[in-house]
Amino acid sequence: MIEVCGDAGDALRDLRDGATVLVGGFGEAGLPFGLLEGLLRCSARDLTVVSNNAGNGDSGLAAVLATGRVKKIICSYPRQVDSWVFDRLYREGRIELELVPQGNLAERIRAAGAGIGGFYTPTGVGTPLAAGKEVRNIAGRDYILELPIHGDVALIRADTADEAGNLTYRKTARNFGPIMATAAKITVAEVSRVVPAGAIDPESVVTPGIFVNRVVLASGPARSGPARSGSAHPGSREATR
Amino acid sequence: MSSPLSRADMAKIVARDIPAGSYVNLGIGQPTLVADYLPPDKHVVLHTENGMLGMGPQACGDEIDPDLTNAGKLPVTELPGASYFHHADSFAMMRGGHLDVCVMGAFQVSTAGDLANWHTGDPDAIPAVGGAMDLAVGAKTVYVMMTLFDKDGNAKVVPECTYPLTGLACVSRVYTDLAVFQLKNDQVYVTETFGTTVGELSARLQIPLVAGPSPD
Repeated sequence: MIEVCGDAGDALRDLRDGATVLVGGFGEAGLPFGLLEGLLRCSARDLTVVSNNAGNGDSGLAAVLATGRVKKIICSYPRQVDSWVFDRLYREGRIELELVPQGNLAERIRAAGAGIGGFYTPTGVGTPLAAGKEVRNIAGRDYILELPIHGDVALIRADTADEAGNLTYRKTARNFGPIMATAAKITVAEVSRVVPAGAIDPESVVTPGIFVNRVVLASGPARSGPARSGSAHPGSREATR
Repeated sequence: MSSPLSRADMAKIVARDIPAGSYVNLGIGQPTLVADYLPPDKHVVLHTENGMLGMGPQACGDEIDPDLTNAGKLPVTELPGASYFHHADSFAMMRGGHLDVCVMGAFQVSTAGDLANWHTGDPDAIPAVGGAMDLAVGAKTVYVMMTLFDKDGNAKVVPECTYPLTGLACVSRVYTDLAVFQLKNDQVYVTETFGTTVGELSARLQIPLVAGPSPD
């Protein structure tokens, strides 16, 4: 059985200083807003955040960065029209940036979850982002060595969870969720509804429950009706509307 | 043609040259316009790096769904036959050679096909790379779409890139407002010109140009 937490603060109760936090989302699609609000209320400092972007506007990940409790961000695309919080911290030298090509970021996370010690990739060869990395020629082509990125905690946004922890996602909000869920010691999923075990067709499960520790219901309105597989099932808990 | 191409005309010409039935990734910015000129009967399937194949046109009004966006984070739609997948799968499609064509913008392209499109190298600029390096090494064919000269009049097809590189020897065609270039074996072929001539271009770019397509 999955642990259904009453609120985001409870779901993040064991977050420690210096933790590495994997945060799902691409822009705002798949960003776990409720869990990030919970993160705002935590006292943990010196965090390393791993996420595709470095926050938009003043809410979500940007609000977490603005607290000054994130010492480093590992991401592929920090610069956006509304990334002013990150831009300011970066220019003031108050946050460290590790810029990673997006596919290497995804694969480093996937590798961590799959128990892989590193991999050789052609992405980045001959560019400044390969500086200091081992280069190996395999069958006539150059590759660079990239190492896994493990998280202490993964915060992801899914659509439906069942009580076994199985998850489905919605459209392009899936993005980093399934791989981040595999790569952290504790994975917390913010979901639109929790349904009884058996209410998600096993063929439709995207993230199997073994990768999920806790779920918390999103506070905003669900963006879709109940999942086809979980519709109107007795015992379902829905996000407030 | 007798005058330089507009952005829309460039997009039309790129769309014309994408083979029917291709899997295609269009980069953010100008390349996104190419989608408007791909007729449905060409059966081109658009990939978006954030995790979708079968991407449809930009969403408007009631179609807008914050969970359905493109690589530029704009709301889009899905077409029949669309699929969703996570980021590691999406980049396996890119890096693994499964995409037939990608179209990207650029700051500079060298005569050897080196691409620079992620960073100006300005120390005050905040670098952002996204999926550009993965597309550069992974797509079977990399097209660049850009103006041939920057706003200060500097050529963007150059003997050697001076901006930080995105990928080495990866670009095969460059679509610009003044000409279409084919890059092969360190030679630059000019297949079309718009409001200029090969001779004029060679003088302005200060690189040797060959008129006509590459022999193969």
